Amino acid sequence: MAKTAEQNIIHHEYDVVIVGAGGAGMRAAIEAGPHAKVAVVSKLFPTRSHTGAAQGGMAAALANVEEDSWEWHTFDTVKGGDYLVDQDAAEILAKESVQAVIDLENMGLPFNRTPDGKIDQRRFGGHTRDHGKAPVRRSCYAADRTGHMILQTLYQNCVKLGIEFYNEYYVLDLAMNDGKPAAVVAYDLATGDIHVFAGKSIIFATGGFGKIYKTTSNAHTLTGDGVGIIFRKGIPLEDMEFYQFHPTGLAGLGILLSEAARGEGGILRNASGERFMERYAPTIKDLAPRDMVARAMANEVREGRGGGPNKDYVFLDLTHLEPAVIDAKLPDITEFARTYLGVEPYTEQVPVFPTAHYAMGGIPTNIKAEVLSDNDTVVPGLYAAGECACVSVHGANRLGTNSLLDINVFGKRAGQYAVEYAKTAKQVPVPADAADEVVAMLEKVRKAKGKEKVAQLRKELQETMDKNAQVFRTEETLNEALEKIQELRGRYENISIQDQGKRFNTDLLEAIELGFLLDLAEVTVITCRERRESRGAHLREDFPDRDDKKFMVHSMAYLTDKQDKTTKTNIKVDWKPVVITNYQPMERKY
Amino acid sequence: MAEQAVQALTSFKVTLFVRRFDPEVDQEPKWVDYEVEMYGTDRVLDALHKIKWEIDGSLTFRRSCAHGVCGSDAMRINGRNRLACKTLIKDLDITQPIYIEPIKGLPVEKDLIVDMNPFYQAYKDINPFLIASDKPTKERLQSPEDRARYDDTTKCILCAACTTSCPVFWTDGQYFGPAAIVNAHRFIFDSRDEGAELRIDILNDKEGVWRCRTTFNCTEACPRGIEVTKAIAEVKQAILRGRA
Repeated sequence: MAKTAEQNIIHHEYDVVIVGAGGAGMRAAIEAGPHAKVAVVSKLFPTRSHTGAAQGGMAAALANVEEDSWEWHTFDTVKGGDYLVDQDAAEILAKESVQAVIDLENMGLPFNRTPDGKIDQRRFGGHTRDHGKAPVRRSCYAADRTGHMILQTLYQNCVKLGIEFYNEYYVLDLAMNDGKPAAVVAYDLATGDIHVFAGKSIIFATGGFGKIYKTTSNAHTLTGDGVGIIFRKGIPLEDMEFYQFHPTGLAGLGILLSEAARGEGGILRNASGERFMERYAPTIKDLAPRDMVARAMANEVREGRGGGPNKDYVFLDLTHLEPAVIDAKLPDITEFARTYLGVEPYTEQVPVFPTAHYAMGGIPTNIKAEVLSDNDTVVPGLYAAGECACVSVHGANRLGTNSLLDINVFGKRAGQYAVEYAKTAKQVPVPADAADEVVAMLEKVRKAKGKEKVAQLRKELQETMDKNAQVFRTEETLNEALEKIQELRGRYENISIQDQGKRFNTDLLEAIELGFLLDLAEVTVITCRERRESRGAHLREDFPDRDDKKFMVHSMAYLTDKQDKTTKTNIKVDWKPVVITNYQPMERKY
Repeated sequence: MAEQAVQALTSFKVTLFVRRFDPEVDQEPKWVDYEVEMYGTDRVLDALHKIKWEIDGSLTFRRSCAHGVCGSDAMRINGRNRLACKTLIKDLDITQPIYIEPIKGLPVEKDLIVDMNPFYQAYKDINPFLIASDKPTKERLQSPEDRARYDDTTKCILCAACTTSCPVFWTDGQYFGPAAIVNAHRFIFDSRDEGAELRIDILNDKEGVWRCRTTFNCTEACPRGIEVTKAIAEVKQAILRGRA
């Protein structure tokens, strides 16, 4: 392909290349850094990553404040995930959680403390003592900015180790050679230059893609570039139909209010003041898992019991908590309510409604964080960890505080195994045309002369996803969403951008990001349609029951070059068995 | 009342004057005005997005989380350093144009984007990580009182609002600036840390804490509510009398 004369292409060589500088990427870097030549390539300066928005805590059975065990934690994770969790992975998550917390404390993380100086712990949804008997205090936390402190602490330790970062570099492609990863191809936002990072091991830690939805707790930058790149390489995506809607987003805005608010005693009420969770989860009420609470809230609104002029939200009530407790344990989220809605949580109930929050699905990996190209074949040298990956410890619904844990446990594992691999592996030769696809993709957008606006297409995509593929889904709504996405794909071919410059061209990058969003929204809708049952976060009103006979399996969605007979698109959906060790599927009651 | 707060308020028109500069075209920065229709819950970031997405795609600024925790979108709004995503338009005087400029004292790269590297370098120079000689195999203990001692300065999101509001920093880019000192404070007053002397030595430099003129701009600018000037004063005290 012809290159434009002014397109600089710069080559780099590393042992381990990490894409993404959030919690998982930096945890991997800390593990790999002392043993190999490591580069972290990120679209953001590291401390801007969305790990920093996580609030409530990180689960670990430290048993600092009451009896607890990793086995109970494993069970809660499996049950919370509606039995779609791979139980070998959940065991690792729970067993290694204690060391993961100690690692962070030793690195300097300022956890809240008990009177005797130990790491304090609090309650969180779905975490229970002795297999569901009562809520347990398992979440280790730093006020309601635990993610912020994890991100800062990991970055501080990367500075200490002298980790090399390439910030505001957008990775847009993975160069493969004979089925093996050779390099990632990145666009330097500041200069418009292309950089090719060759690596013996490559780790994807690129986070989520909440921007496929309109109402979301996710950052503007969470457009799923990393997951999209992997999908375009023909590697499947696992369990994409399972997307978590966090119950307590600020109404109308989607800004996250931590579950810690309920962990500290906050109560959800409908317009008549009823504590409605007593009807849906009699034992643990407001601390039921997120899928159940989000569904209960949406149901209250649907049945006319919502509050506000349009009756389209419910209330989070903290008014019975001592202001001193709120200030000490929930300072940020109460400030969000004041800043963005003008509501004073000391005395007023806060309007809330579910907000698109977290992808349970993503790039399929095994317990060594190795990426899989089908149900069990490892792609040698390619790793993924954190929200972009599906290992699967979250199954059909993630428990709160298990994601900060996931990035630490599997980020660390990704770093360890990537280094181990890089020690003996040879660099896969980087194809001479490695950058061509990215150069062509950028040129196509720059030169496009169509009439469509990127922002308009993105808005329509997000609106159809909110309307048709949110908490409640049916075959009909999903077909409507799919039709719309396909229309938008056509119109995407007819866009143009205004900024033709090389420096900090975010206009160009937003157009490229929309391409990834369209891909991921389509996979999400198709897997939603193929899973004709209800499980965890995926509620099909036309198939309201869980169907273990047919669907006790992970979905695996592949991009193919011909139309698939079942989906009538270029996406084929296959299935993969769930790993069951100790816990047979049971009815999920709380 | 909550009901009123969430109600879709009637829209209003507002004019923004944005300081724009494209190094590939412009000799120097210029003011460009835009009129946009906004709503009661909209923030300055929403107005910038509206301009970028509907009027001029080349308008360039950093942003990510959009709710004040990532620190990407610090800018000068009507002459004050704020986060665009935390500043509600209705809280500004909307009968007047809203003036938006890049933060001061760092080189402008394009429109509202500045070169943050000098700022990050000052942060790195104070050794922003726990320095401890012990090799614990378990969690270290820390009393709630010791933990509270440095709580305020752990809130920093490195947005640079404080440093780029400081008149000393504007005239002397070599000054470490409030944010670096805040991050030094976070470790100097952490009972687990043994690097206080090292950091105190660094900040006792001529470009260190003694350049602070106690104008309190930094405290007013901090979107996280950190008492920045107080933290700087405590570091000064630590230099004179040791960590209290």
